[in-house]
Amino acid sequence: MDFSLSPEQLEIKDLAMKFAKNEMMPKAQEFDEKAQMPMDILKKAWELGLVNTCIPTEYGGNGFSAVDSMIITEALAYGCMGMNTAIMANDLALLPIVIGGNDEQKKRFLTPFTESYKIAAFCLTEPGNGSDAGGLKTSIKEDGDDVVINGNKMWITNAGYADLFVLYGTTDTALKHKGITAVVIEKGTPGIEIGKKEDKMGHRCSDTRAITFNNVRVPKKNLLGGLNQGWKIAMKTLDHSRPMVAASAVGGAQCAYDHSVKYAKERVQFNVPIASHQAIQFMVAEMAMKIEASRLLVHKAAWLLDNGQPNTQLASYAKAFAADSCMQITTDAVQIYGGYGYSKEYPVEKLMRDAKLIQVYEGTSQIQRLVIAKEIFTR
Amino acid sequence: MNIFVCVKQVPDTETKIVPSGDGSFIETSSIKWIMNPYDEFAVEQALLVQAANAGSTVTVVRVGSTKDTEALRTAMAMGADDAFLVEAADNLDSYMIAKALKGAIEKSGKTPDLILSGKQAIDDDCLQVPQILATMLGLPSVSVVVGYEGSATDVTVKREVEGGALEVYGVKLPALIACNKGINTPRYASLPGIMKAKKKPLTTLSLADVGVSDADKRVKYSNFQLPPEKPPGKKFDATDAAKQAAVVKEVVGLLRTEAKVL
Repeated sequence: MDFSLSPEQLEIKDLAMKFAKNEMMPKAQEFDEKAQMPMDILKKAWELGLVNTCIPTEYGGNGFSAVDSMIITEALAYGCMGMNTAIMANDLALLPIVIGGNDEQKKRFLTPFTESYKIAAFCLTEPGNGSDAGGLKTSIKEDGDDVVINGNKMWITNAGYADLFVLYGTTDTALKHKGITAVVIEKGTPGIEIGKKEDKMGHRCSDTRAITFNNVRVPKKNLLGGLNQGWKIAMKTLDHSRPMVAASAVGGAQCAYDHSVKYAKERVQFNVPIASHQAIQFMVAEMAMKIEASRLLVHKAAWLLDNGQPNTQLASYAKAFAADSCMQITTDAVQIYGGYGYSKEYPVEKLMRDAKLIQVYEGTSQIQRLVIAKEIFTR
Repeated sequence: MNIFVCVKQVPDTETKIVPSGDGSFIETSSIKWIMNPYDEFAVEQALLVQAANAGSTVTVVRVGSTKDTEALRTAMAMGADDAFLVEAADNLDSYMIAKALKGAIEKSGKTPDLILSGKQAIDDDCLQVPQILATMLGLPSVSVVVGYEGSATDVTVKREVEGGALEVYGVKLPALIACNKGINTPRYASLPGIMKAKKKPLTTLSLADVGVSDADKRVKYSNFQLPPEKPPGKKFDATDAAKQAAVVKEVVGLLRTEAKVL
């Protein structure tokens, strides 16, 4: 049993934290306000190797373990949960290629992401299908050497900037999960209609839009694993992406905690710093406990993945616990700041807005509990 | 060119400093070490000079404990080629550090064309090692350098003097240049850089290997103390116009007798 990070992981963490504090944090509020993608910051993060951590070395990646990528994600989310979403969405979109793609597809799609900064979008959710992903309606029909895609996708992160779309559709809605098919679509393919940018509560700098696919034709060689093989790929993707989203919750929570501790020492009420009041101490102690517990769940879920062991249940523990904790912690941070916490001039209200999304995307906190219960009762 | 960079590892600026029990140094057990920030400018400058002079190598040299080799690893992750560490306590005096650095440079087997360092370390703020080292090696040195340009043999450096004025020096290499903030913007060590740094050679030497012994000690540290706590500031109420003259008199008096600045 060893809970310590390797010297190399400590260095990775240091670099990512340095980047988060020096490059992301000072600009987080500005880009939140403008609701604009911070392209310069994202590019710089890519140059340092902080983006696309899932790409294997054979295809030009840095060869990070899942635990390494959790460390990076936590740090980047500490800097700004919204910017981290723009970064993490690349991994989410590229993971299905890493997991379900053949060698030729990996070379064709992944390697360009290691040669220059490119953006990917993962297209699963639809206007009528969120949690019920197996019931999605976007159709993928064979036509000679091609497939033709028709349907609407909703809440697609990075949509307006994407060079590559990884889409889940169905060959036949009657087949439910068994008809789900994953396909890679390159930017510029005729028939892709990008919708207007959503005006969101949090993660405002990340670009979220609806996309309509209107008779979009791509060659069959863009299908990941072939027709009707998408569900397995999607499930394996979640085993990796859910701990990652949980890691981002830990980063956001840690940021709220650090602000709270600092403020509690400075703010004086009843002639003493509010840190001397038990009411504040209890909130801060609760924060510290939940952050540590969340981080341990994230690291264990990632460690299982690195060691080739099933982690679906742990991934859901981590996602639900870390996201719910992050919501509680950022809410309490606003409470500790009092009236100042509710003002946009102070950093914590943004954290609270950002935290909410983590309970929603990549499987809501309720869906995680369903997954956990299913694992418990079907094994 | 053979470029050397002298780096020191210092406590993170957010560290809470506590003197050690015997007063000979500070408690180091719970310190997070970082590369001395001024040395980051030196590493960056070395990498810039290397990029401008094909075939150059950048070697980092450090004297200090092995508990954490953060500074050397960071320098190599930024792009330096190899590193030498002289194992020693973290509280050697400037003379011993300079002599050990000289020994390590000689042990590398390469003749320096350029030695870079930070102008000072942010922990003890001695501002002595670069000049002592240059003297020992018989090299010219310029410190507090904020501008650097030139060839592999001749460089022009700008150094900051009081009042913000700049002095400009033409220097023939080999020389030692001690860098100040403003000379460049240090790059981040990239993640691929961190991975590559693991495979770069780091040679560890003892003080004996570089010919340094206790006989070289010039300063004995014996009584590290925290600075006395600042007394709270005094406030003077001068809102009442009639009393202003008296308040001014009182303030001037206290500046003389208590603050002793007049």
